[in-house]
Amino acid sequence: MDPFLESLRTAWALIVHADAQLLQVVGLSLGVSGTACLLAAGFGLAAGAALAVLRFPGRRGVLVLLNTLLALPSVVVGLVVYLLLSRSGPFGEWGLLFTPGAMVIAQTILVVPVVAALTREAVAATWKANGEQLLSLGAGRGAAAALLLWDERLTVLTVLLAAFGRAISEVGAVMIVGGNILGHTRVMTTAIALETSKGDLPLALALGVVLLSVVLALNLLIAAVRWWSTHHHGGAGARPAEVATAGAAHG
Amino acid sequence: MAEPLIALRGLGFRYGAHAALRGVDLEVRRGERIAFVGANGSGKSTLLRVLHGLLPPSEGERRVHGAPRLAMLFQRPFLLRLSAQANVRVALWFAGVRGADARERSALALARVGLAAEAGRPARALSGGQQQRLALARAWALQPDVLLLDEPTASLDPHAKREVEALLDELAAQGMTLLMASHQLGQVKRLAARVVYLEQGRVLADLPVQDFFDGAAPPEARLFLKGELPW
Repeated sequence: MDPFLESLRTAWALIVHADAQLLQVVGLSLGVSGTACLLAAGFGLAAGAALAVLRFPGRRGVLVLLNTLLALPSVVVGLVVYLLLSRSGPFGEWGLLFTPGAMVIAQTILVVPVVAALTREAVAATWKANGEQLLSLGAGRGAAAALLLWDERLTVLTVLLAAFGRAISEVGAVMIVGGNILGHTRVMTTAIALETSKGDLPLALALGVVLLSVVLALNLLIAAVRWWSTHHHGGAGARPAEVATAGAAHG
Repeated sequence: MAEPLIALRGLGFRYGAHAALRGVDLEVRRGERIAFVGANGSGKSTLLRVLHGLLPPSEGERRVHGAPRLAMLFQRPFLLRLSAQANVRVALWFAGVRGADARERSALALARVGLAAEAGRPARALSGGQQQRLALARAWALQPDVLLLDEPTASLDPHAKREVEALLDELAAQGMTLLMASHQLGQVKRLAARVVYLEQGRVLADLPVQDFFDGAAPPEARLFLKGELPW
């Protein structure tokens, strides 16, 4: 049988039979990436909004660094976090290596630049066009940044979904710091990598289908948010096509 | 004579190497209605922003007497993705007005501009004229002594323009000081009592509106009025 058809059949069987191992892997993937995105949102949104409205010496350098970090290879992040959390590393005593906690840390580092850079883009455009109007109302720059963040909440949500797409589809960092331990740190991408190396291509493809389904669900969610914003906020909704979510797995 | 609310002395402002305002001397007294006119790039909008304090002078001085409250209305008002009432409440919150007082003042302001029925609607779903009236309500709710207007009706249709003009006229009649930049000379005649003509960042004329339009303006301003200078 055609391997693609076979993989689709396998994927369908795994899903409809609610395969326990699959559910565990999907659940861990969602949990790790969701937690990483929440943590990244805390820092990334504040940093992005601040960079959009504040002017300080060295700001341009920070922006160049931030945009460079968008291309941060996940294996490099994995390696650095591995070194930090390994027994001989500065945080080795925490005992986090090869745990979901280490995977959360690695993915958080990976997506903070995504959240910060895209948030800055969204807020800076509004700030440039309308910042003086907020200042004329008596708002300080900090308050204006917070207000614009709230005002761009639909775009911010899109940014967070994009970050989630980046996190859930990466494989390098979680493989290195998680170790791909069955029932403990195995997530969808590392499972796909493992099954491929074992030669079980149908299962690997089936897992890929499940992963794509998750990303598809995210994109549908974004489309729904944009539709909702268009119909409830006078047409000025989540704007950038450039923050549409990630697609395939990131090395 | 009473102390001017705002006085500019030898004021200049630069955007980088470009001098947008040069040697401006100007006094604004309580209750005045002043229109700033001139071609595009003459410095009208910059002058309004310096008068408000949004832009710091590059040279000269800006003196403010008696801590007047200032509010500004822009050509395209920025309204938050909130209800009309919430937009007014946010401005009041920045001014330190909270709770029942804020509720009362926002409701009063919306009623004042004829938007009481639209209080709960998303601000960005309002028409252009309604949005400008909402921006006016937001400014008025702050109970300003001076209202600065940067081309407040330039992007409105004639009906919406008349509505906004009527509101501005009412506010001015009640003693609010109006400072406006406008390209619309008919509007200047209707709303202003004094005209300040700017060219290339300099004040070339500062005359009562009647005199400005009846031939007392300098030759450059007369060319502008005849449409022989770019707008």
